[in-house]
Amino acid sequence: MSEKLKLVSRVSAINWNRIQDEKDVEVWNRLVNNFWLPEKVPLSNDIQSWHTLTEAEQLMTTRVFTGLTMLDTIQGTVGAVSLIPDALTPHEEAVYTNIAFMESVHAKSYSSIFSTLISTQEIDEAFRWSEENENLQRKAEIVLNYYRGDDPLKRKVASTMLESFLFYSGFYAPMYWSSRAKLTNTADLIRLIIRDEAVHGYYIGYKYQKGLEQETPERRQEMKDYTFELLFELYDNEEDYTEALYDPLGLTEDVKAFLRYNANKALMNLGYEGMFPKEATAVNPAILSSLSPNADENHDFFSGSGSSYVIGKAVNTEDEDWDF
Amino acid sequence: MPGIVYFSSVSENTRRFVDRLELPAARIPLRPVDAPLHVKNPYVLFTPTYGGGDGQGAVPKQVIRFLNDEHNRSLIRGVVAAGNTNFGSAYCLAGSIVARKCKVPHLYNFELLGTAEDVTRVREGLGQLWLQQ
Repeated sequence: MSEKLKLVSRVSAINWNRIQDEKDVEVWNRLVNNFWLPEKVPLSNDIQSWHTLTEAEQLMTTRVFTGLTMLDTIQGTVGAVSLIPDALTPHEEAVYTNIAFMESVHAKSYSSIFSTLISTQEIDEAFRWSEENENLQRKAEIVLNYYRGDDPLKRKVASTMLESFLFYSGFYAPMYWSSRAKLTNTADLIRLIIRDEAVHGYYIGYKYQKGLEQETPERRQEMKDYTFELLFELYDNEEDYTEALYDPLGLTEDVKAFLRYNANKALMNLGYEGMFPKEATAVNPAILSSLSPNADENHDFFSGSGSSYVIGKAVNTEDEDWDF
Repeated sequence: MPGIVYFSSVSENTRRFVDRLELPAARIPLRPVDAPLHVKNPYVLFTPTYGGGDGQGAVPKQVIRFLNDEHNRSLIRGVVAAGNTNFGSAYCLAGSIVARKCKVPHLYNFELLGTAEDVTRVREGLGQLWLQQ
């Protein structure tokens, strides 16, 4: 590639004792506290469960993971790194290096899953599929074009879309298996990735909004229009990708609701309201519950149904400064 | 006149949700140097949830500081939490913790900026709640 390498123009020694944006420290700490490695997850406990899947189910699952590997590789080697030159603070630069590394951990963890569950030949075939799948290549191409482009705000939008939306056609599969008590250790690992991506999407979206504050009303409108157009473009492609993966198992429509639900969350991370209406984003409760065990509990006290005097369960808090 | 007390970090997600309710609301200050908030009337607390999957630091420090004031704490009538289902079992955990600590109902959860339905639901719900007080 003959592009000119873009780097930060001037580097000053980073001083963590002088903070311009508290969010940088908060997110850095959160990412560090969330740090994990795939070796800690006992994936081999899933071998038996893996063999209860049909051939078609195994094929779908393997392909899903190569697709996710692809996205994490992009985000680790290009995406997060491409955000560094436009960072507003030195601490923001540091956070992106953390994000980049963690994406590489994610990408590597799929290889741990593969080596645990399938043969070398099957792994190679799955990677070949990912190279040849038009929709997967298309989504990589759309995002990579913005990373290579010269608009820092558009780069952040594309990056937030990847973190908060494009992964979810893939994340559906392990949540689906987990809801059926299959591949539960793999699902535990994927949940760690899902948690990380939430912090990444939140942070990059926040920095996008900070950047937007400094722009003219016309430019803000341009960015909003651009964001929604990009989302539509990506969503169209995601629909095709989803059909290719899930049609054989009859899961496509269920996955699409999950996509739209997450597309709305990507928009919210960028400071916009969701685009898809409630009816279109009704995620299968089993999937939601697999993702977030207490999301389906009754926390609508207002509805007056059931035992709605909901008091939280026992949880650990930092009691030293919570002194009543 | 009962009301809303909320905390929102510089990301302003929770503030934007509260703004859309179009009800009187007081904000818990962000920085330790800011004058603390003292309330005089019953209120419902709106708080984001911080942290990762292990539940550490789920309630923002600023909210803890506000609730450590006994008078403030005596006037809380319920809590609404914001969060993200990506955090798994820590989703909206701040709401559960405050509800348990203060022995008030955990009224509602919403994600990020909340949806139009969430706004309607909470507006209606708060109206009913204040009628019962």
